[in-house]
Amino acid sequence: MAKDDNTPFAIRRYDAETLREALRKMYLIRFFEEGAEDSYTRGLIHGTMHLSIGQEASAVASCLPLTDDDKITSTHRGHGHCIGKGAEVGRMFAEFFGKEEGYCHGRGGSMHIADVTKGNLGANGIVGGGIPIAVGAALTAKQLGTGAVTICFFGDGANNEGAFHEALNIAAVWKLPVVFVCENNKYGMSTSTERSTAVKDIAQRAAAYSMPGVTVDGNDFSAVAEAVQEAVDRARRGEGPSLVENLTYRWRGHSKSDRNRYRTKDEIDSWIARDPILRFREELAAHGVLDASGADAIEAEARREVEDGIAFAKGGTDPTIADVTKYVYAEARS
Amino acid sequence: MNAPTRNPEIQTRELSYAEAIREAMGMALARDERVILMGEDIGVYGGAFQVTGDLVERFGPDRVRDTPISELGGAGVAVGAALTGLRPIFEFQFSDFATLAMEQIVNQAAKMRYMLGGEASVPLVFRMPAGSGTGAAAQHSQSFEAWFGHVPGLKVLQPSTPEDAKGLLLAALEDPDPVVVFEHKLLYKMKGHVPDGWYTTPIGKAAVRREGRDLTIVASAIMVHRALAAAEKLAEEGIDVEVIDLRSVRPIDYETIIASVRKTGRLICVYEGVRTLGIGAEISAMIAESEAFDYLDAPILRLGGVEAPIPYNPELEKAAVPQAPDIEAAARKLARKEV
Repeated sequence: MAKDDNTPFAIRRYDAETLREALRKMYLIRFFEEGAEDSYTRGLIHGTMHLSIGQEASAVASCLPLTDDDKITSTHRGHGHCIGKGAEVGRMFAEFFGKEEGYCHGRGGSMHIADVTKGNLGANGIVGGGIPIAVGAALTAKQLGTGAVTICFFGDGANNEGAFHEALNIAAVWKLPVVFVCENNKYGMSTSTERSTAVKDIAQRAAAYSMPGVTVDGNDFSAVAEAVQEAVDRARRGEGPSLVENLTYRWRGHSKSDRNRYRTKDEIDSWIARDPILRFREELAAHGVLDASGADAIEAEARREVEDGIAFAKGGTDPTIADVTKYVYAEARS
Repeated sequence: MNAPTRNPEIQTRELSYAEAIREAMGMALARDERVILMGEDIGVYGGAFQVTGDLVERFGPDRVRDTPISELGGAGVAVGAALTGLRPIFEFQFSDFATLAMEQIVNQAAKMRYMLGGEASVPLVFRMPAGSGTGAAAQHSQSFEAWFGHVPGLKVLQPSTPEDAKGLLLAALEDPDPVVVFEHKLLYKMKGHVPDGWYTTPIGKAAVRREGRDLTIVASAIMVHRALAAAEKLAEEGIDVEVIDLRSVRPIDYETIIASVRKTGRLICVYEGVRTLGIGAEISAMIAESEAFDYLDAPILRLGGVEAPIPYNPELEKAAVPQAPDIEAAARKLARKEV
């Protein structure tokens, strides 16, 4: 198949199997979150959760250049990153259901979900909390010469935390292999970036730390993949950190308490019309990678995987009450 | 890093508390490439209190890393580095500046193992120069041991001697969990016998520094030395004081304290942090709940910092935290049943 210069980056760069897998992960994120939301409504999951429906391209395309040796740090809106980095939805649901089979044995829940074996150092309940930690992971890679790169996910809200500024500065001064991926979904809870952030584009912040900064359409899979791949390549060459800003939108509210008073239905609808999954499907079809029936099959497979995952979680084991203080410290060495 | 435990036959030398800490860090750097030091001005400057000293010349600026003045970012980088395979020792220039990094210490480092259900480990040492007596006033003189001691997931140490300063730091470094070590600034120049080689002082074990029959004083850091000075004076009056060096605020060695109070029937807790809601409150409550309660012959006393910031004026500064004469007077009253 001829791949000329007008062909989108992702189609040129990645093979068909990789692209099909990316579509599968995007569907997995969508259906996982719909399943989690449904389970919450039915009272099967307690607490709260932050859904990223509408942001799937950002999570999956950003993780595309990474191997299992590379790390990510995630956010309170982290289900997509977790799946993007290779987590199994069954163990994720088990975590949400508070079961021992969950990634954190039921101790973390949605807000601390992690899969360290796949390099996901964890979601984070503190806005900006993961940013210095990502820089620390990059320091380890540089210090021990592992060649690993860390992607640090954060939202627009985090760009006004001190931790963001301190960590970007340190990463730049020490030229560390880290890529800062800002998922700008326009609102830090209810406060818009216009009302919270002095610069128009968060990528402009990169200039203050002498690193490349680029803003892309975060619902365009290929645009995200191109920007992040370039930044990851740069980090791997030892040329230091970059900042990529993915403009995107969460279709759902901030968390389960959100009454959506700060944005209009028209605005939400306009973003739903830019569904990143449908756009990616159309792109794959237009370039002959995957036709509609092939995409439908992937969609159906993802749905089944999510249903199986929920069933797995429902059959999970509740932690023993006596174990409430287990994992505070390492087990005593004998 | 499994080190041999201490050999009592081993040679000792006179070192200062600061030199003992430096020796521990130098040995750790030489022994394990995963160990790095991070902090403000710990490189060519040698650290604000000259604790890191010449280590940068021996191990280079990549392993003895000067950070920008970014306590939150720097501490967070140390957390991420520990999480992914390094063994960082992070120096806060003053423990007061750790307030800028509470998020990373309390929300991240302390909880990571638990939140992730035991699937992650943060083997990280925070070194904290602490305490008053240097004329540095309210923002450079605080004692936050009880603050950090209130956080499950952290271990909190307060060495009072050069030997323990080295042994507890090496124990902290071997520990798979985050450890906060408070180093008292007035002790940095204090000399003492320090064993050669690699040894660890057990975390969570108090030390009986002076045995006595009449009264127990539980003290930590510089208060141990003040309590010992008071005990010597009281011995001349026939009052026989037992002095326990707490060494570890979290976990606390309840057994040693209970055993001592059962013997003496009287207890004074002496600590530099603000008296209210402090270490002494915990120890007093613990004794009240224990079998030692029935052995008490007098109320428990707490001597701690006054309910005020540390003042600049030297006489006010001394008055703000317990001094040896304060301990002596309180112990005398308690021993004579005047309380």
